[in-house]
Amino acid sequence: MKKFPKILASSVMALSLLAGCGSEGGNAATAVELNEGDTVKVGLNYELSGATATYGLAMEKGSQLAIKQYNEREDRKYTIEVISQDCKSDSVEAQSIASRLMTEEGVAFQVGPATSPDSLATYPISTDAQVPVLSPAVTQNGGMLDANGEAYPYAWRVCFEDNAQASAMAVFAYENLGKRKAVVYSDSGNDYAKGLAESFIEKFESLGGEIVTTENYIQGDTDFNAVISSLTEEDFDVLYVPGYYGEAGLIIKQARAAGLDQPILGPDGMDSPKLAELAGASALNDVYFTTAYTTVDASDELLSFIEAYKAEYNEEPDMFSVLAYDATNLGLQALEEAGATGEKLNEAIKNIQFEGLTGSFAFDEEHSPTKPVLVVELQDGVQVNPIKIDLDAE
Amino acid sequence: MTQFLQQLVNGLSLGSIYALIALGYTMVYGIIKLINFAHGDIYMLGAFVAFYATRYFQLNFFLALIVAMLFCGVLGVVIERIAYKPLRHATRITALITAMGVSYILEYGTQFLAGSDVKTFPEGLLGNLTLELGGVRISMQQIMIFAVTILLMLALTYIVNRTRMGRAMRAVSVDEEAAQLMGISVDRTISFTFLLGSVLAGAAGVLVGVYYNSINPLMGMTPGLKAFIAAVFGGIGIIPGAMIGGLSIGIAETLVIAYGSSLYKDAIVYVILILILIIKPAGLLGKHVKEKV
Amino acid sequence: MLKKYFSKENICWIIFAAVIFTLITFLMNVGVIGSYYQITLYNICINVILAVSLNLIIGVCGQFSLGHAGFMCIGAYSAAIVVRSMSNLLGFALGVGIGIVISTIAALIVSIPTLRLRGDYLAIATLGFSEIIRIIVLNLKITNGAAGLSGIAKLTTWPLLFVLMVASIVIVTNFSRSRQGRACISIREDEIASEAMGINTTRYKTTAFVIGAALASVAGALYACNFYVIKPDLFTFNKSIDILVMVVFGGMGSMTGSVIAAAFIGVLNMLLQNFSSIRMVIYGVVLVAIMIFRPGGLLGTKEFTFSALLHRKRKEKGRK
Repeated sequence: MKKFPKILASSVMALSLLAGCGSEGGNAATAVELNEGDTVKVGLNYELSGATATYGLAMEKGSQLAIKQYNEREDRKYTIEVISQDCKSDSVEAQSIASRLMTEEGVAFQVGPATSPDSLATYPISTDAQVPVLSPAVTQNGGMLDANGEAYPYAWRVCFEDNAQASAMAVFAYENLGKRKAVVYSDSGNDYAKGLAESFIEKFESLGGEIVTTENYIQGDTDFNAVISSLTEEDFDVLYVPGYYGEAGLIIKQARAAGLDQPILGPDGMDSPKLAELAGASALNDVYFTTAYTTVDASDELLSFIEAYKAEYNEEPDMFSVLAYDATNLGLQALEEAGATGEKLNEAIKNIQFEGLTGSFAFDEEHSPTKPVLVVELQDGVQVNPIKIDLDAE
Repeated sequence: MTQFLQQLVNGLSLGSIYALIALGYTMVYGIIKLINFAHGDIYMLGAFVAFYATRYFQLNFFLALIVAMLFCGVLGVVIERIAYKPLRHATRITALITAMGVSYILEYGTQFLAGSDVKTFPEGLLGNLTLELGGVRISMQQIMIFAVTILLMLALTYIVNRTRMGRAMRAVSVDEEAAQLMGISVDRTISFTFLLGSVLAGAAGVLVGVYYNSINPLMGMTPGLKAFIAAVFGGIGIIPGAMIGGLSIGIAETLVIAYGSSLYKDAIVYVILILILIIKPAGLLGKHVKEKV
Repeated sequence: MLKKYFSKENICWIIFAAVIFTLITFLMNVGVIGSYYQITLYNICINVILAVSLNLIIGVCGQFSLGHAGFMCIGAYSAAIVVRSMSNLLGFALGVGIGIVISTIAALIVSIPTLRLRGDYLAIATLGFSEIIRIIVLNLKITNGAAGLSGIAKLTTWPLLFVLMVASIVIVTNFSRSRQGRACISIREDEIASEAMGINTTRYKTTAFVIGAALASVAGALYACNFYVIKPDLFTFNKSIDILVMVVFGGMGSMTGSVIAAAFIGVLNMLLQNFSSIRMVIYGVVLVAIMIFRPGGLLGTKEFTFSALLHRKRKEKGRK
């Protein structure tokens, strides 16, 4: 025991002499000018296995379809080669794959990952490599900003942030539905739900509403009866359930079965055909959620996307695949406009005017899109009455 | 009061599921001292088999239950033969890692084959009837969970206490070598234990699938861990202990959500575990065994 | 006096470490090890610290712990919180210090009641504790709950990482060869007999446990300051299992084995990236196969030492 501190000291001393020579090499991938007809690589970095694979897989399908459609287009400038890898719902793995895609494979841009923490881990890599990252669903408040409050130069998202849609929902509950007493039942194991819950509570209280109580579940739970039973004794008139459809569907089902008939509100994470399967169509009445697009009075582009998606995968697309489809198309459009990779491509993304399925938008200072929030009602599981919420109005 | 009774019903149905899984853990541990972490995944597979049986082969609930139980039983035996048998005399840590390996194979294999999205059972498999007794709601599915659980536990108790195989199981768990000398086939007995445990886990999977109407390839992780804690709580290796443990953990979890904070519902399970280990390491029903010097 | 510490063997080790360090630094500078491989390399080094420290608890002292990820979690969060408001090496040192203090306290709280337990019971109790740590982190304000902390400055440089890795290995091997270490080994071999010989088993078990936990928290700090983002999901029971796999695969009690196993598993994981969504299935199959065919681990309890090497050379010379 007496011996080892000295050995330690001597070895550390010897090593610290050598420590001076370590340094970081340049990591930037080489930017190239493209000629028409070139083959360009695009990287997909999604959660194909692990806890959030449901969302990662749906997004991968959306991205793959976008690239397939691009490669079938007559007037395309380039041929796209997809490199899709699994980050197994692990942020370290996401970072490793981002680095691999950008520095080893030399992709023009990366789409993904699905969840905020996994995506955030890839942003510093994109800054070093000077390869843009397009995030379909990083909704975290301030998610695009680094520690100094500046946006990561090469990271972009196509969804709105938690604050926007949760505030919109609070306004909708207070103004349109005329509700004053809310209960928030949120997923405590999930950053998305947590951000939404905080923003909703803040907005609803600032409007003059009262939050009766907040309850929590954890992603993957299936039994919500304990909370729901205790809610039957609370005096409230609206229930906000920020979270994904997997749990929200079961909560709606169990709440309706226990006789809770208050309106139930949710975020865009609820927007999936699976919601009706999980909850049962008869339970999906007086349910509202925020979203960026709706199938009510759908545009031709949306209808043809849904058609193509069904033909390709034999299932209905959900919000996740739509966002990924948009993100990928945005990247491809920017690529054509820039005619190069690296910095020029990033400039093109910055100045883009994009018309996607989830709205037409450009990017703001925080690298986020400016698009309106819609609130859609479900009646017997079918979308009706979309209402546009304008947050700047009041 | 009604609220309390309602929460008790909720807790009991959750606890019954834990108890069914815990039984498998406890029997396997009792006989070969292996923490079989793949057990939660057998439960998951039970749910998936029932899903395919009802959705694509239009079987009714009971047939699907039986098919799933058989499938899981056979799978349990196959896993034991391939992965655990060669390691019977290796250290426990080695065997435990093998169990984790098997668990990865089952989880991610299912995720690869069946997709990772949530699957739902056909509607109205058990009817949507809900009874109301003095303000307490009990659904048809909950009644079915209680009925199947009680039935299976009675059957298990009978097998373990009254049949030749049950006697062999008890003998092997007390002293493997002596049992072998008495003419008991240890290999067959161990396989049979895995068969029984897996059948019960499969049944639990089907019940959960039908009750909550939502299954996914990673659904076995958390209940598996909690059921294991339930087994430890009741006294690992002791069959009535697993039942009591499962029900207690289910009720404790529900009551914490109802009267405490839902944020700490999982923490409470671990706190209970640590308390019982410190106060009575052998579990609620376990006897303290003096270590031989 | 000085001669004792700069014995032939120790000099060999210092030269060996220096050569490896220079070689890898050189390869990084000329670009043979690009930034992608660097991520794997850094991950391997952090895993070496984790594996070696867990090996001290399991392999040397014989206490089956499944809670290593919990201590790593404490270290990662302490460092991340400090570094976010003070992103320089001083902040990192402070973060590591706080991490060590908290994890030492946590380890004491865990070990004093639970180290009475044996074998699997201890494993379950430590598993429970590490899950409780994770749930607390998930619900605290300062840790930012499920979203975790992001935008952590990258302070884990290659020289720092290498020095800390070597230091951990030195601490653990020297501890296991010290008087305390021999006491720990005797506890592993037979707890009751060692107690009868007058060894204060609780004290030595606690010491080993605390050292292991403190080193795990250092690894956690390096981890947080290398990967920019941490979230509670990274420190689940599965992370503890990953570390355990390295220890068992390398051979319980063999530090050389832990180092080799950490490197092997790091490279394996990198290669498996090519298999996309079935990678975890393959990983599972590899685990089962390794355990079946090499249940004692790669090296068993064997250790690579220069003294053995020198000794053999001397013998050969003598024969001539």
